[in-house]
Amino acid sequence: MNHISKAIDQLHAVDNEARSDGWLQCLHPLAKLVVTIVYLVVLVSFPKYQVAGVLLMAVYPITLCILGDVSVSLMWRRIWIVLLLVCFVGLFNPFIDHTPLIRIGSFTLTGGMVSFFTLMIKGCLAVMAAYLLMLTATMETLCHALRKIYVPAVLVTVLMLIYRYLIVFLHEVEHMTQAYALRAPGQRGLNIKVWGSMIGQLLLRSIDRAETVYGSMTLRGFQGEFFTERPQRISHIDWLYTYGWIAFFLILRLL
Amino acid sequence: MHMADALVSPVVAGTLYACSGIAAGYALKRIKSEDINHKIPVMGVLGAFVFATQMINFTIPGTGSSGHLTGGMMLSAILGPEAGFLTMIAILLIQCLMFADGGILALGCNIWNMGFYGCFVGGYLVWNLFMRNGFSKAKIMWASIIGCVLSLQLGAFSVTLETLASGITELPFAAFLSFMQPIHLAIGLVEGLITAAVLLFVYQARPTLLCGFGEDKQDKSMKVSTVAGVIGACALVIGGLLSWFASSLPDGLEWSLLKVTGSTELDAEGGLYQWAGEAQEQVAMMPDYGFAEAESLMGTSLAGIIGALLVLVLCVVISLIINRVKHESHQ
Repeated sequence: MNHISKAIDQLHAVDNEARSDGWLQCLHPLAKLVVTIVYLVVLVSFPKYQVAGVLLMAVYPITLCILGDVSVSLMWRRIWIVLLLVCFVGLFNPFIDHTPLIRIGSFTLTGGMVSFFTLMIKGCLAVMAAYLLMLTATMETLCHALRKIYVPAVLVTVLMLIYRYLIVFLHEVEHMTQAYALRAPGQRGLNIKVWGSMIGQLLLRSIDRAETVYGSMTLRGFQGEFFTERPQRISHIDWLYTYGWIAFFLILRLL
Repeated sequence: MHMADALVSPVVAGTLYACSGIAAGYALKRIKSEDINHKIPVMGVLGAFVFATQMINFTIPGTGSSGHLTGGMMLSAILGPEAGFLTMIAILLIQCLMFADGGILALGCNIWNMGFYGCFVGGYLVWNLFMRNGFSKAKIMWASIIGCVLSLQLGAFSVTLETLASGITELPFAAFLSFMQPIHLAIGLVEGLITAAVLLFVYQARPTLLCGFGEDKQDKSMKVSTVAGVIGACALVIGGLLSWFASSLPDGLEWSLLKVTGSTELDAEGGLYQWAGEAQEQVAMMPDYGFAEAESLMGTSLAGIIGALLVLVLCVVISLIINRVKHESHQ
């Protein structure tokens, strides 16, 4: 299976998970969005040596994963990629920052080691929080939440259109690259001679498709914004969920 | 070049969100004057196209490695810089949510580093500068390469500044920069070649699709105010981040004192000086720009770390018990 098929499978898996009827999925998307944003702000605001506080912030994703029956395997696949990047940036901290923080016998834990460890945990938790949002809210409901916080309709509509056509184009690209690979065995990637023609053909087809899409959208009365789902009302449980988590994060941060 | 949430501080993330928000507001205002209902489906479909083509590996001749497309410059050359920028925002948002490529908090930084430079510097300044007096194959090729290289260099420079201003890495500025810029020079060249190949194909097959093709010279002329705006925005953000980062170094007065006395602070003796110093220490909420006792409680003590781990274990156990009870009650 190539990486495009994997991406398609992953998109389907995330979408299926978000459409399941667990209690987390039933919460209002705005509540989940606000909690995620506050969580991320509080998480990254911890100073570089406050490893204990950052560790405690793991309570949120772990609790949600267990209580919401969220697939952890889907999340882990993404975490290690981000950890590689974060690791590269923080890798030099132990070699540069020699501030002694904790002494256990002859071993001295330096500031660089602690800041590197804190950075890695922050990276892990931030990816988990963002992924939990996607695993518990569909793109349609998230777009609805974005409109609630006054993100412009143009941007939200483009976001929804990209998401809708993404699978179609991924399949098209997969077929093209497979057909090319079968005719050019042993070659890694597209040869420079066909860069323009292959991608250019796809681009022209995309623009023609966009015209067809515009025609069909106009026939359905498109006026610059989609109205697809009946808006979900914010319940007491949503308020409780939002305020509860925000209070918890702030207590951890202020302790 | 996608920045993760862990690499930015809330202040840097907020500032870059504000900068990207202003650029997005400008782009929205500009495209609303056009046939927006027609443009939205084109933006959506082309956004999906760019997203899908980012998955294709392009073989780099003579190296054995492969490159990828970012798409900001290509989108701008077809949709125009404003619509291209808005499409890039949507692409980056989906990338961050669906594929964890870049964080939600770092989205403002990513929009600025990849979207703004790609669309406004590459797609507006460079593309318009080259196409001012008409289109040709050579102009499209050079505009694509220079636009992509320039926007990626600016983007990589901004990533360095944003990470350092966030206080994430202990790596010195020059060392970090020497890692980032050469890598992104190579990436920019490959991206430029891919963009040039695709735009040259479009120029031969359907040239009217290219932004500005067939327009009057007067229509194509670059407005001085817009050019100044784009350059000013770049200078403001880069300069702002530079000054932020540089603020940890001694300022002009401190530098002069360091040269004369060998220290950035003057030692003053005497009862009055001592009394004033003690009073300041008592009153100051943020001595040396940090909250007093900030590292005290849950900081770095071993007991704090062990306590945090115990709380986590407790949290997992309680959640598992609740989950089990929930499942049993369902059955």
